[in-house]
Amino acid sequence: MREKRRLLLKGLIGFTTMAAAMTAMPRLAMAKWSKAFDNASVEGALTDLYGDAALTTDDAITLKVPEIAENGAVVPVTVKTKMANVTNISIFADKNPQPLAASFTLPEGTASEVSIRIRLGETQVVKAVVEADGKLYTTEKEVKVTIGGCGG
Amino acid sequence: MKIKAKMKRDMAVVKVLAKHPMETGLRKDKKTNEVIPAKFIKELVCTHNGNVVFHADFGRAVSKNPYVSFSFAAGKKGDIVTMTWTDNTDETLAVEAPIK
Repeated sequence: MREKRRLLLKGLIGFTTMAAAMTAMPRLAMAKWSKAFDNASVEGALTDLYGDAALTTDDAITLKVPEIAENGAVVPVTVKTKMANVTNISIFADKNPQPLAASFTLPEGTASEVSIRIRLGETQVVKAVVEADGKLYTTEKEVKVTIGGCGG
Repeated sequence: MKIKAKMKRDMAVVKVLAKHPMETGLRKDKKTNEVIPAKFIKELVCTHNGNVVFHADFGRAVSKNPYVSFSFAAGKKGDIVTMTWTDNTDETLAVEAPIK
């Protein structure tokens, strides 16, 4: 009973913050989000997320990943860039069943550097995409995976 | 959810460790051979003074007990940041932490 009440209270606090967060994310954006995360190809997920914009490879993006990931279930990834007006950073893993791993929306005032840990099912290319001033830039690196991270 | 928020020069650096199984929905229970249902955080948001300063959308490929790190300019020592996650089963959790 206590557990339920805690969850309810947490839910209530969460709800008001969510309400604030929801206003920052229009409904159209949410539909695009689901599609992108379910897409089985990198190109498909890119289109779902960003529309038909072209990608330019740019080495002003620093993508930090291990060369060899011993545990594919926990692979640390850091993306940072000194580009101005960055609005979004996304991370793709080209051989995962659903390549889009995470997408970060960065409001003005938030640094264009994010770190996260992702699962990689096998050796593959990790691709970082940065949206700055409405344009898309990318860089990628291969990560060798010893033990796959999708489990089972 | 463990949150460490600390001022570093003029930025508030936030490190978050959320406790969550992040089940991909691709695993099978070895005994019953049934698929373990997907349960993963879809969205992680940080608000400060009523503004969203960070918004992450996750897919199934984010590791168990997600760790993220980011920094933003508007924070000051003593301010509160609120991290909220929502998962695919609509469970949600919000935790506050002071910026040190």
